[in-house]
Amino acid sequence: METQVMENHIIDVRNLSKKYPSGFQALNQVNLQIKRGEIFALLGPNGAGKTTLISIICGLVNVGEGQVLVGGYDVIKDYRQARKQIGLVPQELAIDVFAFVWNTMVFSRGVFGKPRDDAYLEEILKALSLWDKRHAKIQFLSGGMKRRVLIAKALAHEPEVLFLDEPTAGVDVELRRDMWRLVEKLRQRGTTIILTTHYIEEAEEIADRIGIINHGEILLVENKRELMKKLGRKQLILQLQHPIKQIPSELNGFVLQLGEDGKTLTYDYVDNQPTNHVTEVLAAIHRSGIELSDVQTKQSTLEQIFVSLVEESK
Amino acid sequence: MNWYAIKAIYLSELHRSWRTPLQSIASPVLSTSLYFIVFGSAIGSAMTEIGGVSYGAFIIPGLIMLMVLTESTSNASFGIYMPKWSGAIYEVLSAPVSAFEIVVGYVGAAATKSIILAMLILLTAKLFVDYSILHPLWMMLFLVLTCVTFSMLGFILGVVADGFEKLQVIPLMVVTPLAFLGGTFYSISMLPEFWQKVTLFNPVVYLVSGFRWSFYGTADVSLTLSLVMISTFLIIFMVFIWWIFKTGYKVKI
Repeated sequence: METQVMENHIIDVRNLSKKYPSGFQALNQVNLQIKRGEIFALLGPNGAGKTTLISIICGLVNVGEGQVLVGGYDVIKDYRQARKQIGLVPQELAIDVFAFVWNTMVFSRGVFGKPRDDAYLEEILKALSLWDKRHAKIQFLSGGMKRRVLIAKALAHEPEVLFLDEPTAGVDVELRRDMWRLVEKLRQRGTTIILTTHYIEEAEEIADRIGIINHGEILLVENKRELMKKLGRKQLILQLQHPIKQIPSELNGFVLQLGEDGKTLTYDYVDNQPTNHVTEVLAAIHRSGIELSDVQTKQSTLEQIFVSLVEESK
Repeated sequence: MNWYAIKAIYLSELHRSWRTPLQSIASPVLSTSLYFIVFGSAIGSAMTEIGGVSYGAFIIPGLIMLMVLTESTSNASFGIYMPKWSGAIYEVLSAPVSAFEIVVGYVGAAATKSIILAMLILLTAKLFVDYSILHPLWMMLFLVLTCVTFSMLGFILGVVADGFEKLQVIPLMVVTPLAFLGGTFYSISMLPEFWQKVTLFNPVVYLVSGFRWSFYGTADVSLTLSLVMISTFLIIFMVFIWWIFKTGYKVKI
């Protein structure tokens, strides 16, 4: 049983709490399991506890209460085995700017206990379009290039799990594209990727599962599709050929909103729910004699779901 | 033991010095040469011998100690403070390395630099004065112990300091004055009796004395006392570093 858990969950956070010396409760009884090989997006507003959680898993912040396992290894008792499996790309551009790209790569691989492998480092640098800059001093690279170096460093020791803490903050379109291409490649190799991002549409695009954290508590962890299905609202928007002043009596049984110009009727519903009366609404419209010029449906975005969940938790 | 990590930290720290050869090597060698020219050749020629050794030769061990103490302290403190300041320390702290391995890497590199520097100063001294080393193995032992001990002090300062200014306070305001007053340029027997006693509270006296004994066979204090003192410092700094990593003081929250 234990072995099975180990194999399925690369990260296992159990009842984790953390209070800083200032008295700030950064995490409160967090339980989180990350499956091997998945792309997991951890979303939350500023100060929600995302970075604290990542920092504890990576060994940068002491565990308060609870336990964290990486690949089945405790991050305190078996810190060597646990940390070997992790690569971290921090939020800040924290790097020795006086070092050279190649040297810093060799350093990263070595410090994680791996023998030198120039061919592998070359592959990583090429994948991140850094190969031409390998002899450059990091100081002279642009902000985007420095971020690439940080990603390359995190991958230098072939980690099983990669943490990307706000990887696309202040990053240009080209790097963002390169990065997601690399993430896809890593996923194909079986690397688990955990990312925090403010760009929720990115999470919506690439993540398999979403976790939402606020005030140090995990509000929800869900498969992205399930989440969208469960919490995603839909809207049926009907464009009328001729404006109306009030909603006809045939439609009284339904909650509809009439647009200010009198030319749109909007009906909110949830997909696959018994409260979904789209067919009945359309039949009633037909009975009322209203002529339609267009019919549209809209689905709420992950961002809207995120905002409403965070609002609710306040 | 994560040997790859020790090697990575050690080599990267040595590379850091080779990136600034003027500051790391040329500057201390030049300033020591100036001491030799002024005190050894110019003033020294007018001085009498001390314990059968010419003044120029007498000051060699003291000058090496002066340079080694300040360089070890500032090199090691800078080595750990820089990544702390830039935030790049996250990588070492999140790596599968023990506190012991981190210290061996950083302190080992700082100590190696100081030993190389000492050797360069020793070679430079040959240009100005004639000297010989009576007990070369003891000389190496004292040198290595001093370099390691004061690199540890530097490591502690680098971890504790929360600003560039504080980083310089101990090397400039404590280590340098103690080194100057610790018998670098004179034998403490040349001082009035009262000041001889006061000087014995200066820990550097024991280091310079032992080191000078390895050159010329004469010392201000006994060899055993010198060894005990340097070993005591080594143990105190080791315990302090152990405590830093155990509690995460100024490293982790």
